[in-house]
Amino acid sequence: MKQWIDKHLRAIFVTPSILFILLMIVVPLVYNFAMSFTDWQMSAIKAPKLTGLANYTEVLKDARFLHSVGRTIVFSGIAIVLETVLGVALAVLINREFRGRRLVQALMLLPVVATPVAMGMVWNLMLEPSIGIGNVIVKALGMRPRAFLSTTSFESMFWLIMIDVWEWTPMVMLMVYGGLMTIPQDPYESARIDGAGRWKVFTRITLPLASPTILIAMLMRLIDVVKTYDIIYATTGGGPSFATETINIYGYLNMFSYYRFGKAAAISVLFFIVVMAIGCGFLRVKSRVEVEY
Amino acid sequence: MRGKVPATIGKYVLIYGVLFITIFPLLWMLLASFEPHQAIINQANHGLLEFEPTIGNYVSVIREYDFLTYTKNSLIVAVLATAFSLAIGLPCAYAIARFRMRRSGVVVLLVRMIPGISFLLPWFSIFAKLGLRNTFTALILSHMLIALPFIVWIMIPNFEAIPKDLEEAAWIDGCTRGEGFLRIALRLSTPGIITASLLSVIFSWNNFMFSFTLAGRDTTTLPVAIFNFVSYAYIDWGGLMAASVLITLPIMILSLCLQKYIISGLTAGAVKG
Repeated sequence: MKQWIDKHLRAIFVTPSILFILLMIVVPLVYNFAMSFTDWQMSAIKAPKLTGLANYTEVLKDARFLHSVGRTIVFSGIAIVLETVLGVALAVLINREFRGRRLVQALMLLPVVATPVAMGMVWNLMLEPSIGIGNVIVKALGMRPRAFLSTTSFESMFWLIMIDVWEWTPMVMLMVYGGLMTIPQDPYESARIDGAGRWKVFTRITLPLASPTILIAMLMRLIDVVKTYDIIYATTGGGPSFATETINIYGYLNMFSYYRFGKAAAISVLFFIVVMAIGCGFLRVKSRVEVEY
Repeated sequence: MRGKVPATIGKYVLIYGVLFITIFPLLWMLLASFEPHQAIINQANHGLLEFEPTIGNYVSVIREYDFLTYTKNSLIVAVLATAFSLAIGLPCAYAIARFRMRRSGVVVLLVRMIPGISFLLPWFSIFAKLGLRNTFTALILSHMLIALPFIVWIMIPNFEAIPKDLEEAAWIDGCTRGEGFLRIALRLSTPGIITASLLSVIFSWNNFMFSFTLAGRDTTTLPVAIFNFVSYAYIDWGGLMAASVLITLPIMILSLCLQKYIISGLTAGAVKG
C-alpha cells in the first residue's frame, strides 16, 4: 500500500485539484460558451433553442454594450496610469529613512484589504451631495457644491476612478517598494561620488533598475482593473442612466436584472477572451523579464 | 548642510499627509459609526466633531439586522473554503514544485485571471439543478475557485525553496514520500501556509460577486448583507457605517498584526518567481 502511494504520489497529489478545476471551471466555461449560441431562458419547461451567432451580432450592434466597452477602457487606462505614477512616487518616498516606517506601511495597506463593498458604502456617504464631507470641503474651499457620483456627466466616472486609485495605489507601492529593495547599492554610491542630483539618480538609476517590477505591477493591475465590479456595483450600480456602466456591470445586469441569459453568456464569452488575451500577454512579458534580470 | 532641516520636515509632512489621505475614509467610517442619525444628515450645519457619541448604531445593527448570523455565515464559508483548498492545493503545489511541472504552474496562473462573471450563469443553473441553491456547499465551492489557485500559486515557490536533500535523507531513514511531504515539506513551509491561508480567508470574507449571486436567505454573507442594507428607501447611515466597521475591523486587525505575511502574499509574483 505504502509503496503504491509512493509510486503514484504525483497522480494522487494532483488529481483532486484537477478534478476541481474540471468540474468547477472547465465544465461551467464550456456550458456558458455553448449557451451563448442559444436563446437560453433557464426554464424547466422550455429547452434552449440554437440561434447561431444571433446573440453575438445583437451584442456587437448594441450601443449600450459598445459604450460600456469604451468606459471600461477609459476607466482602466486612467486608473492604471495614476496608480503607477503615484505608486512609484510613494515607493520611492517610503524607501527613505523615517520614523514610523513600519507603521506607515501597515496602515497604507488597509485600503487594499478592507472589504470593497463596505468601502463603497463609506464613499457613498462621503460623496453624498447633500450630507457628505465631500461637499463640506468643496464649500470650505469656496467652490460650488458638486454632484460627485450622482451625475450623468463624466464626473461620476472620474470619482469612481479616484476610488479605485485610493484602493489600489498602495498595492502598486508595495510591489515597487519590494523591487526597490532588490536594487544593489553600488550604482547609488558611484552616483553620489559623481555628484549626481536626486532627479538624475531617480531617472538614470532607480527607474531603469526598477522597471521590470513596475511593468509587472502594471500588468497585474491591468488584469484586475478591467474586472472591477464590487466598488462600482456598491456605489453607482452603473448609473445614473448608465454613466458608469462597464462591461462587467452590463453583463451582470443582463444576467440578473434583464434575464437575457443567452446575450449575457455572449458578453461574458467576449469579456473572457479579452481578459485572457491580456493575461497571456502578461505571462509573455513576465517570462521575458525574468530571463533578462 | 544648509536646507537639511526644512527638507526633513518636508519629507515628514509629505509622508504623513499621504498617510492621512489614505486612511481618511476609514477614520470617517469610524467617526460616523458613533454619530446619531441627526448628526450625520446635518453634517453641513455643525462642526465635524460636535456631536454626542453613541453606540446606538452598533446596538441596532446587531439586534435588528441579525448581524451575528451573517458573521457566522461568512466565517463558515471563509474557513471551510480555505481549509478544503489547503487540503487539495498543498499536495498539488508540492507535486508541481517537486516534479517540475512548469506548464501546470502556468495553468494555475491563468485560472486566477478568469473573470468571475463567466461562471455566474452556469453555476447558477448547475447549482439549481443539483438542488444546491441557498446552501453553504455552493458558496464554499465558488469561494474555493479563488482560494485554490491562489494557495497553489503561493506555495509552489515555497516548496521549491526547500532543499531536496532533507527529504532524501528522510527517505533513507525509512520515511515514505508521503510522510516526507507531511513531516518535512509542510513543516518547513509554515510561513507560506500562513500567508496563503490568511489571504484566502480575507478574499473569501470580502467576496461579493459570487456570494451575491449564489447566497440565499439562510446563507447570506456579510458583504451581501451590507449591500442589502441600502435597498430600503431610507438609508440608516449610522447603522451602515457601524456594519462597515464590524466587517472591516477583523481584517484590519489581522493585517496590522500579521503585516509581513499579508504583504508577501499580496505582492507575490511581482517581485520574485
